[in-house]
Amino acid sequence: MSSRPLHRIADAVIYLVLAVLALVCLAPFMNTLAMSFSASSAIDAREVVFIPKGFHLYAYQYSLGKPEFLRSIGISIERILLGVPLSMLLSVLAAYPLSRERGVFRGRTVYAWIFVFTILFSGGLIPSYMLVYKTGLIDTIGALIIPGAVPVFNIVLLLNFFRGIPKEIGEAAFIDGAGHWKSLFAIYIPLSAAVLATTALFSFVGHWNSWFDGIIYMNSDRNYPLQSYLQTLVLKTDLASVAFNSTVQGYELLSNKNIKAAQVIVGAVPVLIIYPFLQRYFSKGIVLGSVKD
Amino acid sequence: MKESKRPRNRSAAALHLMILPALALLLVYSYGPMLGLVMAFQDFTPAQGWFGSPWVGMDNFKYVFSLPNFKQVVWNTLFISIMEIALGQILALVVTLLLNEVKNGFKRTVQTIIYIPHFLSWIILGGILLEVLSLSGIVNMFLHRLGIEPISFLGDSSIFPWTLIFSHLWKEVGFATIIFLAALSSINPQLYEAAEIDGAGRLRKMWNVTLPGMAPIIILAAVLSIGNLLNAGFDQVFTLYNPVVYDTGDIIDTFVYRLGLVQSHYSLATAVGIFKSTISFTFVALSYYLAYRLADYRIF
Repeated sequence: MSSRPLHRIADAVIYLVLAVLALVCLAPFMNTLAMSFSASSAIDAREVVFIPKGFHLYAYQYSLGKPEFLRSIGISIERILLGVPLSMLLSVLAAYPLSRERGVFRGRTVYAWIFVFTILFSGGLIPSYMLVYKTGLIDTIGALIIPGAVPVFNIVLLLNFFRGIPKEIGEAAFIDGAGHWKSLFAIYIPLSAAVLATTALFSFVGHWNSWFDGIIYMNSDRNYPLQSYLQTLVLKTDLASVAFNSTVQGYELLSNKNIKAAQVIVGAVPVLIIYPFLQRYFSKGIVLGSVKD
Repeated sequence: MKESKRPRNRSAAALHLMILPALALLLVYSYGPMLGLVMAFQDFTPAQGWFGSPWVGMDNFKYVFSLPNFKQVVWNTLFISIMEIALGQILALVVTLLLNEVKNGFKRTVQTIIYIPHFLSWIILGGILLEVLSLSGIVNMFLHRLGIEPISFLGDSSIFPWTLIFSHLWKEVGFATIIFLAALSSINPQLYEAAEIDGAGRLRKMWNVTLPGMAPIIILAAVLSIGNLLNAGFDQVFTLYNPVVYDTGDIIDTFVYRLGLVQSHYSLATAVGIFKSTISFTFVALSYYLAYRLADYRIF
């Protein structure tokens, strides 16, 4: 009985520690969000913590009115619309044969090692760059899609999931005269909604977040996807580089800081929007995908 | 016999056909660069290509290893990644144990929040942190209230590695709890009941039931992290560092980037790349072998 109050104190400490942890994770985002809505004078006077001071939307209005910002968003959307379906198709098509037993698919082990070896060893930055260069993809959308179009990690998740589907289901289809194509598209894919959603979301987030390929494979910054564009913006240390004149609406409230904050927030929003879906699926998908027999 | 063999072969052909597109792309864009590694033994110029550039033997390696800052770069990489791995595992384990003690609703809210940074790019997080950690940012505002002198998190080379380490933990610890929480949920509840009947308190249960139950996953996570010893996080360092902190903040990957793509020393950069890939490969192979032996882990 004497441990009861102690128990309660321990509980209080645990709740407090976790609450502080959550706050630490969230605070930088809240601060950036507040800055994006604040007047430049309030930011310079260090008055902005979590609540905007001198609330305005000009930083967003200015950013979203900038042609190069919009163009980079367009390129990000383009790479997602082309890249995610391509990766998904390639992954599903590769995962299905790899999930067959060796008796059914004799090359399985060799193929599997060819795929997995690419996780273990890579040619590194310069030879990869040279290959993209030699295959003529520099300055094309292909450079952002094709070299990374085979996500081996997703393939491993998918193949482990396919393997977890009872063999009898596939065999029944074969007795009914279905071939591998039909079995994959009519049986395996409909049964794999959770893991397919997970891998598609991973692929989406991966494409949205990629920036380095844009920086190295695009000679012209006109071809940068959003994250590459933001990278050049974020690293711009010259605070005077954005010169405003009175033709910009709300210019007296704008500075590099709130504009940067607004653009960073815009860059985070798509991931935050799909995050709830991602969260619902990923634990399920990852856990199911990694079940071994 | 003949008749039963034919459809089988045809169905195997379908399987080969399915795998072909992915295989072809991997051969070009993953295996192609591996062959391209020969340029580390050449005096490579893009105009002469892999077939026309003159061979120089081990000269590039000798030159790179003799560079005074190369050793420093390797050391920085190891220091940053070892700290990130060790502190990351410990913190993730502690957070998991704490999450296990609270009510479900609160637990889910905390989880939802602490997973978020994992899904954002280092560009977004860098844009946020460069501001938050600056001399006029909220962290220094907070320290000022506590009466602490402003700290130059990004411009002081004795502090910068810790800025990298802690910002990495901030991004990844939350997400790292997922695998530990999955391990927790697989512990048989009857073990807890039995411990309670034996009069075990909270700490006893944690020590005698929870931790032993999680041991295989803890070992697995630790072993698999060996493969990342030379990955100190290119994206993060590239976004946060600046020339003032190169002496402690420059890592192998950023060094390769500047040497190769900024200064166009293609062969030298590739030599460093081979050095890294080879050691990493050894580490990863070792870690998978250990994971297989210790935890019966297989990737496929």
